[in-house]
Amino acid sequence: MKTHYGTYGGQYVAETLMEPLRELEKAYEESRGDAGFRHEFDELLRHYVGRESPLTCARRLSERLGGAQILLKREDLNHTGAHKVNNTVGQALLARRMGKKRLIAETGAGMHGVATATVAALFGMPCEVYMGATDVVRQSPNVERMKMLGAKVNAVSEGGATLKDAMNAALRDWVANCDDTFYVIGTVAGPAPYPEMVRDFQSVIGIEARRQCLERFGRLPDQAIACVGGGSNAIGLFAGFMDDPGVKLVGVEAAGEGIASGRHAASINGGRLGVLHGAKTKLLQTADGNILDTYSVSAGLDYPGVGPEHCHLADTGRAEYTAITDDEAIAAFDALCRCEGIIPALESSHALAEAIKRAPTLPKDAILLVNLSGRGDKDMENIMEYRRRKAAGGPKGDIA
Amino acid sequence: MKRIAGSFAKAKAENRGAFVAFLTIGHPTLEESERAADALIAGGADIIELGVPFSDPFADGGVIRAAACRALENGVSLDDAIALAKRLRARHPETGLVLFSYYNPVFSKGADAFADALADAGIDAALIVDLPLEEREELLPALRAKNVGFVPLIAPNTPIERVKKSAEGIGDGFLYAITVKGTTGERAELPADLAGRLDAIRAAVPVPVAAGFGISTRAQAAEVSRHADGFIVGSAIVRKLDAGESLADGILP
Repeated sequence: MKTHYGTYGGQYVAETLMEPLRELEKAYEESRGDAGFRHEFDELLRHYVGRESPLTCARRLSERLGGAQILLKREDLNHTGAHKVNNTVGQALLARRMGKKRLIAETGAGMHGVATATVAALFGMPCEVYMGATDVVRQSPNVERMKMLGAKVNAVSEGGATLKDAMNAALRDWVANCDDTFYVIGTVAGPAPYPEMVRDFQSVIGIEARRQCLERFGRLPDQAIACVGGGSNAIGLFAGFMDDPGVKLVGVEAAGEGIASGRHAASINGGRLGVLHGAKTKLLQTADGNILDTYSVSAGLDYPGVGPEHCHLADTGRAEYTAITDDEAIAAFDALCRCEGIIPALESSHALAEAIKRAPTLPKDAILLVNLSGRGDKDMENIMEYRRRKAAGGPKGDIA
Repeated sequence: MKRIAGSFAKAKAENRGAFVAFLTIGHPTLEESERAADALIAGGADIIELGVPFSDPFADGGVIRAAACRALENGVSLDDAIALAKRLRARHPETGLVLFSYYNPVFSKGADAFADALADAGIDAALIVDLPLEEREELLPALRAKNVGFVPLIAPNTPIERVKKSAEGIGDGFLYAITVKGTTGERAELPADLAGRLDAIRAAVPVPVAAGFGISTRAQAAEVSRHADGFIVGSAIVRKLDAGESLADGILP
């Protein structure tokens, strides 16, 4: 089992959680060697999630940019509308295997919460989701979806009332109820074995995309691009291309109003080494080690840390990490809506914005593979609010 | 000088459990924390645990979380807590002082600088909530080099072999046995199996064992003291300070 990625990762948790982590490690290890478990996981991905997800060529957008071809890995077409469900199906199967009776989760944009509530309903388990009170407001359609699926949604109003605060609350629930409760972490962060386990469950994205790209175009993409909050959709995409040195891996963080403004959520680009939520990783923090409230127009990227493997990939140079501002992400959102008839999630719009920047600088036969990690239905209110703010003379920015 | 061991030995000689009192430093204000520590010592506390406020106190219940939040609003940091300890040490040469923190502020300061600062302030030991056995060797050598002890947490689900390993190489520290699975905070009742668990932990290790989480009354403290070398009170004290009640009128109801 992998507990560290270079100097990153580990198990920095309160003592009460060490036994539950041991138990989880053991069950996870056993499940990996169990063909029956793998088969059931694959069947659910196929017949419940609706995999494989398509690889769509963004023709009009690519033509307009006049450079590289942009391909979209359509995780937005999964059941529940994002990549998150790949992981929650896997963890719910593991929870059942361990005899756990109850699922809990943290959520930012609400996509992981919805995906957890969904599998809880599928497996007949009670579910509680912790969500920052700020996010409850800005992602209210997802709150209603979770409730409809039978989950209890707990609004967390401490701190900045976003994803990190939701994760603190979920950890407190888990410490108190670890005997019968399984904590479904939604990203490649947290203590070992979560980063490795979530990566495994999400690696289907990159494995599929690699095969699809070879089948359709007879070659691998030049670059694989994904947004990074905690980083699960990016790790899932990268996993398929890790051993293809010719494929450049690009992670895109949320620059919010710009790295220099201090109002952002770019942990690799703007953070420094620290320990939070069980792992040593890059964090946005004060000089004396308190964690900063982050900012991004996208709730799903609004997290002050990042999965430990990403920090390691940045150090080794295997992947590069850039950052995209709110304005750039919204412009990319508009471009995809109008050129391709696809409404992307604001999170995924960050990855798309990076591809839009790069495409014109590359030859027409170059391929940029973008992970379209989720759909944007949840973001309607958010985007309208953003436009109202701009119209009222807020921070400058181009809206396509 | 082994003040922690000395504090437990003194309590034992007086046929009682050592009283470990927790304060969130900077709550309600830095000055009031300092006065409260003096009052606790005057009121019979053998060891003071100085809680460093942290932005993400994921192991704490509501009372201590709110106190940490207030302390951070007051701008109080790890260095302020260490400086306060140094002033306490000057007035109270015998009292055991333990610094309680989440790991990130400590990591941010650096292991060697942290150990130097604790030794300089006369702090006897450090308790780091999220630094379990698997990870603690990145800090403990620096503490040992400065003769600063360590206080490991022992949970209700910690296997006894792990309890033994946790007690090794901690210098002038003790084991902090958590009474319940959960976060800090007062409980009306302590678990029925607590006495048996404490007896087993005590029999397994050569260091003092104090029990904490959920203890808020004299009766609970007396009950726990029959099976442990000491007891820890946190939220009940913090709540008294919240309510503006004097600690001079007795600490536990």
